[in-house]
Amino acid sequence: MPEIRFLLNGVPHVARDIDPNTTLLDHLRASGRTGTKEGCGEGECGACAVALLSRGPDGTARYETVNSCLLLTAAVAGREVLTVEGIAQGDVLHPCQEEMARAGGSQCGYCTPGFVVSLFSEYYRAKSGPLDEESIGGNLCRCTGYRPIREAGQRLAQIRAKQLAARTDDPHRARLAKAVPPLPAVDYAPLANNQPRRFVRPLSLLEACRVRAKEPHLVPLSGGTDLVVELNQRHRRLDGMLSLEAVPELKTFENGKQHLAIGAGVSLAEVEERLHQDKALGDHLVMLKELLPLFSSRLIRTRATFGGNLGTASPIGDGPPALLALGAELVLAKHDDQYGVSLRFVPLDQFFLDYRKTALEPDEIIVEVRIPKPFPEIQRFFKVSKRRMDDISTVAAGFVLDLDPRGLVARARLAYGGVAATPKRATRTETSLVGKRLTAESVARGRSLLAAEFSPIDDHRGSGAYRRAMVLRLYDKFFDEVRQGDFTEATARTSGGVS
Amino acid sequence: MSSPDRSASGEPRLDRTHVGRPIPHESAALHVTGAALYTDDLGPRFVNLLHGWPACAPHAHAYLTRVDVSAARATPGVVLVLTADDVTGENDTGASRKDEPLFPRPPEGGKTAWGEILYHSMPIAWVIADSVEAAKLGASRVIAEYQPLPAILTVSDAERSGSFHTEIERIRRGEPECAIHAAAHRLTGSVDIGGQEHFYLETHATIALVDEAGSVLVHASTQHPTETQDIVARVCGLSKSQVIVQQLRMGGGFGGKETQANPYASIAALSAIKTGRPTRVRLDRMRDFQLSGKRHPFRATFEVGFDAHGKIEGVLMDLVSDGGFSLDLSFPVLGRAMFHADNAYFLPNIQVSGRAAKTHKCSNTAFRGFGGPQGMVAIEEVLDAVARSLGLPPHTVRERNLYAQGDSTHYEQPVDDAERIHRIWSELKRESDFDRRLSAIEDLNSHSPMLKRGLAITPVKFGISFTAKYYNQAGALVLLYKDGSVHVNHGGTEMGQGLYTKTLQIAADALGIELEAVRVMPTRTDKVPNTSATAASAGTDLNGAAVKNACETLRERLADVAGRMLGAPPGDVVFHRGVVHVLGKREKAVTFADVCDRAYHDRVQLWASGFYKTPLIHWDQKAGRGRPFYYFAWGAAVTEVEVDGYTGMYAITRVDILHDAGSSISPLVDLGQVEGGFAQGAGWLTQEELVWDAAGVLKTSNASTYKLPSLGECPPVFNARLLERAAQPGVVHGSKAVGEPPLMLAISVREAIRAAVAAFAPKSRLAPVALACPSTAEHVYWAIETVRATQAETTEEHSAIAERS
Repeated sequence: MPEIRFLLNGVPHVARDIDPNTTLLDHLRASGRTGTKEGCGEGECGACAVALLSRGPDGTARYETVNSCLLLTAAVAGREVLTVEGIAQGDVLHPCQEEMARAGGSQCGYCTPGFVVSLFSEYYRAKSGPLDEESIGGNLCRCTGYRPIREAGQRLAQIRAKQLAARTDDPHRARLAKAVPPLPAVDYAPLANNQPRRFVRPLSLLEACRVRAKEPHLVPLSGGTDLVVELNQRHRRLDGMLSLEAVPELKTFENGKQHLAIGAGVSLAEVEERLHQDKALGDHLVMLKELLPLFSSRLIRTRATFGGNLGTASPIGDGPPALLALGAELVLAKHDDQYGVSLRFVPLDQFFLDYRKTALEPDEIIVEVRIPKPFPEIQRFFKVSKRRMDDISTVAAGFVLDLDPRGLVARARLAYGGVAATPKRATRTETSLVGKRLTAESVARGRSLLAAEFSPIDDHRGSGAYRRAMVLRLYDKFFDEVRQGDFTEATARTSGGVS
Repeated sequence: MSSPDRSASGEPRLDRTHVGRPIPHESAALHVTGAALYTDDLGPRFVNLLHGWPACAPHAHAYLTRVDVSAARATPGVVLVLTADDVTGENDTGASRKDEPLFPRPPEGGKTAWGEILYHSMPIAWVIADSVEAAKLGASRVIAEYQPLPAILTVSDAERSGSFHTEIERIRRGEPECAIHAAAHRLTGSVDIGGQEHFYLETHATIALVDEAGSVLVHASTQHPTETQDIVARVCGLSKSQVIVQQLRMGGGFGGKETQANPYASIAALSAIKTGRPTRVRLDRMRDFQLSGKRHPFRATFEVGFDAHGKIEGVLMDLVSDGGFSLDLSFPVLGRAMFHADNAYFLPNIQVSGRAAKTHKCSNTAFRGFGGPQGMVAIEEVLDAVARSLGLPPHTVRERNLYAQGDSTHYEQPVDDAERIHRIWSELKRESDFDRRLSAIEDLNSHSPMLKRGLAITPVKFGISFTAKYYNQAGALVLLYKDGSVHVNHGGTEMGQGLYTKTLQIAADALGIELEAVRVMPTRTDKVPNTSATAASAGTDLNGAAVKNACETLRERLADVAGRMLGAPPGDVVFHRGVVHVLGKREKAVTFADVCDRAYHDRVQLWASGFYKTPLIHWDQKAGRGRPFYYFAWGAAVTEVEVDGYTGMYAITRVDILHDAGSSISPLVDLGQVEGGFAQGAGWLTQEELVWDAAGVLKTSNASTYKLPSLGECPPVFNARLLERAAQPGVVHGSKAVGEPPLMLAISVREAIRAAVAAFAPKSRLAPVALACPSTAEHVYWAIETVRATQAETTEEHSAIAERS
């Protein structure tokens, strides 16, 4: 098909003949909807935020704020998109607009549309309680210092309660009462197409594997939060994309007896939400509960997936150290002439081969991440970065420890990111700890082996010397906490570094 | 200049209905709906719009030996490739000195005919195309060859090579060498202060079009439309009257658009003239990082002599800034650093010298504070070192050295209102519960080996006025229409700082009408000519006063008309909220609109210009003496931080600020400047780190690698307040400039981190605590390691902590 159709601010919109590499941001602006701004083009600043009408895990409708600079226009085919222009009702400002203005939340105003959209989705996320500040954690403002914006957010929660009590007429809320249609299949190619560029979105794993096998030039794409950065920053142009966003087999979340299976296409925001809802599960997966708020901003997490994070195999990705420490295993699928799809199981610690190189075969798709049970008793995730929230790691670490009834270390996994060409476990240190009682001596012996396990480099995020020091210091911090017995308290924290 | 504020009967004739009220930004409703237009938002409104994209040199310093643009030109959609050959005027955009080639040109001296590359990513050609996509593709096909040359990339490199933009400047008072020699204590030190990317959310953007007369209209995101006009005229070979610059509003400026917008405006103008089609140039974030200048990195070296109480007796301070490849504003930035090397402290014997280095990097430029912050970081480094080497609490040493009434600065400007800093200091210490918290923190730190807190208070004194005297002038043009609606034009630009909000309030009150009746128009060089940059925090001081002047002229004319209508002497006519009545007789009234209409029919001129120039200021550069500043803005901040000894990561846990904004015209706007300035300063001093590699490539050239403060950095407790009873005589409505001064309140963050680092010392330690600037988590970690390692050297019985409590 030569066009992309979606609902834009409630009005049917058709994008014709645009390159499949075109982001929604560029398309919106080029077509005169300039309220949505570009601040960075890599999903860091949120000035380009738009709201997507989405289906939550329970099937109900919700608004989700995403970065339109990292969203390909073709990816919103069949969806409902709200921009900052579609929030007010005529001349009547939406409460999130009213409060931003009143609080002094806008100065230059360039980041403001993004904040408004973030607050907008958050306004409808829950019916009571305070607004979650994380909802605006992915929006950067250079003028205000955030205090008035934070205050606007706090006031919004009160206004929401009042408006709900008064049953104020709200078409945005009314929309949420109705169903969200499922994502349609897409096979888009512009008519004026010098090169045969396509965007394909299949609706089953069978079809996805078939396309992957037959058309290997179509780059598999999940949320796009990493790949589209390359399109924007390096002007990389793809001949085509295979969007895995509508493949139901990648959307599973199964808490089984043997393992927790997280579909490769489940957004990190959804993982976070499910861990929050299933308290028993969340309490036993402290690693992920600590990781997710630090992983990136919620704007990114709403689109980002473990499948994408592992598939790009960045040595500084935050998912790998946590999942390596949890002993995760990957399920990979490919086309099979006889059975349609064949599966392969690869332990995560055998998945990363070299810098940005994985065991994934060119025709394979990551289906699922499995975290084996029983989950480790003691889990901790650490992240060292220049900025505490929403930054890329200088060093990240996931540590787990199980003690047997005698107090001996039954299992230890110490995984690091940012200190080698791939995310990596400190296997020699782990081995030296297993079977030992946790004493100053055994911990020190493990520490003496630790430095030699990694080969960090200097870059703009930190020096190799600092990274080497952090390998040891995070180990110290972990064992200090374990030995001081304040581990329960430590694991209840949600942020790394300073708590 | 203005009529008396009170009539003969004493009733206030001048309205203060709007001035002083905490109203939201005048464009807030447009901001929150996305309706506010910025330069690049105009793009889709033009048909046949062209887009420009640069082809950039991959060397910091080189000769460009060959350029071949044929493949670029052959790219589908490419209309034109601009190179040095296409410049119809001068190939130079330098604002201060003609040392900024728009395209590479041969160095002076005739050594070679090859163009010289002066910094990494310098554009060698601009590809103009039907789409950005085609322009980018074309730019990637520009073929060039280079002969690489050795590059000077740091202040140290420049010092070794003798590469400078300026001679050594000096300001001196007393006999610092003798005073240091005679002092009971002496120490020396140095600090390398990092630069800062402006990271205005709106990157550089411009759209140019030509009219039938061959004149160019340039929409530009510029803080200085007149200079953009001048430079476009220079590059295109046009008269200034043939160039009109319009500025709608900026998505942030912070100084980064004072001079730096001009090259992009020039490219767009060249293309528009050459093709006859409107042309847009908008940098993406990475190009903006690579091409445009930043806050100057500085190296400060000092020697100080002081007594046992920490009173400073003599200081020698040497400042070297990294100006980048061209002079730009490096000279006045350096000057302001030297002027502010005292911060709020009386330094009886001092010599401060300074020089701007020339390096092969982007040309560093104005950035909120304009050198002041660097000078102040340096003297705070001195104060802290003095305190720690004596084992005295830093806040006590700071307090002992504050200016007192009757003191004058090192350039002999009397510090007229020195009592104000003492008032701020004591009020803030009391409000922030400083003493109690300090002892609580010491207690906490003594029980917490790996997590330490730090608390610090630092003052701010900041001089207001452009140091270039002629810049201290402004004009306005106010137009009344027959229905009583108003257009206000002035030479200032709006970048979020609230200038338009304040001039709106000033105009509405001066005319006695509602805010809704007034629109402050986009800034245009054909409305008010020959303007100054909107900079130096002086936007409202200058433009606000000019607007008030114009409005008062009009009101006087209207008072005559209204007097005739109401049968009262003009002196008894009161203008209030759109109604014009006779003093004391509210029933005897007509509407403002009726007065305007009558005035038109009476052939009374319904528009007026206004003008303002700052009085009293003067400066003798040679002598280093004068009154460069009309007045000083004051403030102080108390910051508490928590530092993790494992990683060096830290969090700001509480901030208290008391800032002097005079009698605020727009308190919500001013509070926003205070909080926002603080946050921006905190970013500069902590996590915003510019990293260049050995080839001169900026490695932190986007938001993912260069970390602005995010919501997570907003202190959970953030109490900022404007000083009360602080009217400033001689300034419009008693207000004070507020754009820049609060940035330097953030020095308290740096000093609080240093206090926490110091607490990691295992024993008492009488020595300065070195802390790199910016103090990223890594730098804090190394500072902690250094402090931990000094255990053996210090054996003093009494510790700094003991003396504090």
